[in-house]
Amino acid sequence: MSAAAPGRRPPAALLVAAAAVAVLAALPAVYLAVVVGDDLAAAVDSVWNSRSAELIVRSVGLAAAVTATGIAIAVPIAWLTTRTDLPGARVWATLATLPLVIPSYIGAYLFVSALGPSGALQDLLEPLGVDRLPSIYGFGGAWLVLTLFSYPVILLTVRASLRRLDPQLEEAARAMGRTPLQAFRSVVLPQLRPAMAAGGLLVALYVLSDFGAVSIMRFNSFTREIYITFTAGFDRTGAAALAVLLVAVTVAVLVLYSRARSRLRLHRASPGTARPARPVPLGRWRWPALGFCAAIVLVALVLPVGVLVYWAIQGIGDDAGIGGLAVNAGHSLAAGGLTALIAALLAIVVAVLVVRYPGRISRGLERVSYTGYALPGIVVALALVFFGIRVAPPLYQSFAMLVVALTAHFLPLAIGAIGAALLQISPRVEEAARGLGRGPLGVFRTITAPLALGGIAAGAALVFLNAVKELPATLILAPIGFETLATDIWRQTTTGFFEAGAVPALVLLCVAAPPLYLLTGRSSPA
Amino acid sequence: MSETALELRSIRKSFGEVEAVRGIDLEVMNGEVCALLGPSGCGKTTTLRLIAGLERPDAGTISVAGRRVDGDGAHLAPEKRRIGMVFQDYALFPHLDVAANAGYGLGRNPDPTRVAEVLELVGLGGEGARPVHDLSGGQQQRVALARALAPTPDLVLLDEPFSNLDASLRERLRGEVREILARSGVPALFVTHDQEEALSLADRVAVMRDGALAQIGTPEEVYGQPADRWVADFLGDTDVLPATANDGFVECELGRLGVDPGFRGPAEVVIRPESIAIGAGPSPIGLSKSEGVVVERTFYGHDQLVRVELDSGVSVHSRRLGFPAWHPGDRVKVWIDGPVNVLPRAG
Repeated sequence: MSAAAPGRRPPAALLVAAAAVAVLAALPAVYLAVVVGDDLAAAVDSVWNSRSAELIVRSVGLAAAVTATGIAIAVPIAWLTTRTDLPGARVWATLATLPLVIPSYIGAYLFVSALGPSGALQDLLEPLGVDRLPSIYGFGGAWLVLTLFSYPVILLTVRASLRRLDPQLEEAARAMGRTPLQAFRSVVLPQLRPAMAAGGLLVALYVLSDFGAVSIMRFNSFTREIYITFTAGFDRTGAAALAVLLVAVTVAVLVLYSRARSRLRLHRASPGTARPARPVPLGRWRWPALGFCAAIVLVALVLPVGVLVYWAIQGIGDDAGIGGLAVNAGHSLAAGGLTALIAALLAIVVAVLVVRYPGRISRGLERVSYTGYALPGIVVALALVFFGIRVAPPLYQSFAMLVVALTAHFLPLAIGAIGAALLQISPRVEEAARGLGRGPLGVFRTITAPLALGGIAAGAALVFLNAVKELPATLILAPIGFETLATDIWRQTTTGFFEAGAVPALVLLCVAAPPLYLLTGRSSPA
Repeated sequence: MSETALELRSIRKSFGEVEAVRGIDLEVMNGEVCALLGPSGCGKTTTLRLIAGLERPDAGTISVAGRRVDGDGAHLAPEKRRIGMVFQDYALFPHLDVAANAGYGLGRNPDPTRVAEVLELVGLGGEGARPVHDLSGGQQQRVALARALAPTPDLVLLDEPFSNLDASLRERLRGEVREILARSGVPALFVTHDQEEALSLADRVAVMRDGALAQIGTPEEVYGQPADRWVADFLGDTDVLPATANDGFVECELGRLGVDPGFRGPAEVVIRPESIAIGAGPSPIGLSKSEGVVVERTFYGHDQLVRVELDSGVSVHSRRLGFPAWHPGDRVKVWIDGPVNVLPRAG
């Protein structure tokens, strides 16, 4: 009946634009391949050993563990805060999302300074005869820290999906004699799988690419090994070869995801869910539910922020560089803001192609656009350093190069958010506007963009959040003397002046708060 | 101005392996309301989208108000065709109010008097400031119609315009839409799978089957003189009796009928139930040749459908007014009382 036209060819201009975006996103990966290809034999030689196999097991194991615990934390909180009479549900939702703004390197340092050897907790326990706590370093520490500061990504996607879900399905299950929990398991959970998979994918990719937390936790994953190989040995080929291996692992994860997604086949919720869901009464489960939310918020937010504030108070006396702080904050805003703007614009092109013209070409371009995100930030930066030196010397260590790197790196965040918003707009609405005398661009400006505004804003906000927090690429690519809040924190903490890093860390959290508010508080599109 | 609002010549369109439209010729005249009637999946919506420019035909030509919009390698963009379209789900712009929806096709600064005029035309005068999601289904449809008519298009297309409405509303809106279209003077082509809708709303009906047109004609023609068995069945209930044509007559179960003298050989007599009369007493002027027994009767209020098994074993249906009531077991005389259609029998 309604010809969804599977074979419809996209307009050439859109295709060219999307291809250009894909080229930009693929630039780091391509250049990485160029560097490895220069001395292929040496590259193969440097990774063809059991150490590489161990690295794969360690990194994939960590990603799987963090994703699993992230889902286990995020899904209950998402359900409790959208569908039940949990007291203060809205507040819990916001609090539980907030750890997203704490960069993993800050979180890791806070945990080490609180729970590590001669940390705050051990100082407290010393009089009781405890002179040795179980070590926070290694897999356990990395798992804990990465879970606590990345589960909010899954919380966001699952909550959004829950709010779009038709509550009548749940009520129908209840009417057929299911308890709230059974209804959740049999009706709601299966429909949340696409959101869980999408959020889980982002978390898994994040863990594979994280550099700050694993290096502070001294867990030898790919990124740490690459960094050591590059900085300690100046072994470009070796670092690049390891990076290529990591890319292969990431591609495998992406292939798994896209297989799973086509099996899960997005169930479109009925467009106008008129009635809000009646909240499920928790009854005697209210206290355990509250306890669960409180425990997560305590460990992921209150404890780290408390430690941070404590250090900041210690540091305020020493640090008089308020002027420098303002300059650094300005740099962070400029880099993050410009990246968010450019990424949102480029993501619109890709999202329109993928959503409106599904097919082999658009699927391929979408995957290529994700390569920048699949690469760890440090690898994107190294690849662009090589590119800058060899191909575009004027761009090397320029602000423009930093923005290019951050855009290529975080583009998929915007593509995902904007694509989801476009999926909710009926193509008929756009066709109606075409028939009324507006060209494709006019239709986009007057119809598609206003309707997708929430998704576009969410995409830009996600990119901004991540760009402001980003550490390794900024460290490597920023022009000399160009300090951002993130690089300032890193320099202060690595040189042992943790008190001095605490103030910019607090400022960074404040800068990240408005876009996060936009992400969690934005009302569903009309 | 050209007499023809729309002209399709040998239009073809395939999606991959599926041939959705296979060679359609159709004309819509100015001031005419034309229906494209067919079952689901027959290619009628695709035809509509081809005319609107939302799909591009593989072959053939399309002209709107004398302008070639498709064919000979040319393909005019939808926004340049001056065609209004009403979508099945209305496709209203959810972020705009009623007036902004209606005025969307009038450019960046729509003329408020024209907007007020079309809203008045569809019976929504003074409702311009309302958000569209506040409106009932019928009102939404009228906004969609106003939006399509506002730029005074050369042609308006309607895709299953009443399928989203409940039965009682549907009937009322059919009349309203007919009147609105007549007053606007814009020729219309609408797609439907509901034969009642097509027959009651259109000046001309094009019956579509498997991507091709099976028959074009007035509602009376396609209903009363269907081109073949399939069209006859699709447009309403029929009984078919085998017969043989000879010397200007056919002889069938229910009697002797006159036909074109040139028509000879095996035939079938296609009869609508309202053309079959039944009675308990003697039939008028000795018309009845057959008798039978009532075996089934369904009462619809204003009429009833009676199934009679003739003594020969053949079943026929008769649609009568609601009274008198017939009952299974009643013995009746059966005769033809109305137009029938004789078609050559295949094989």
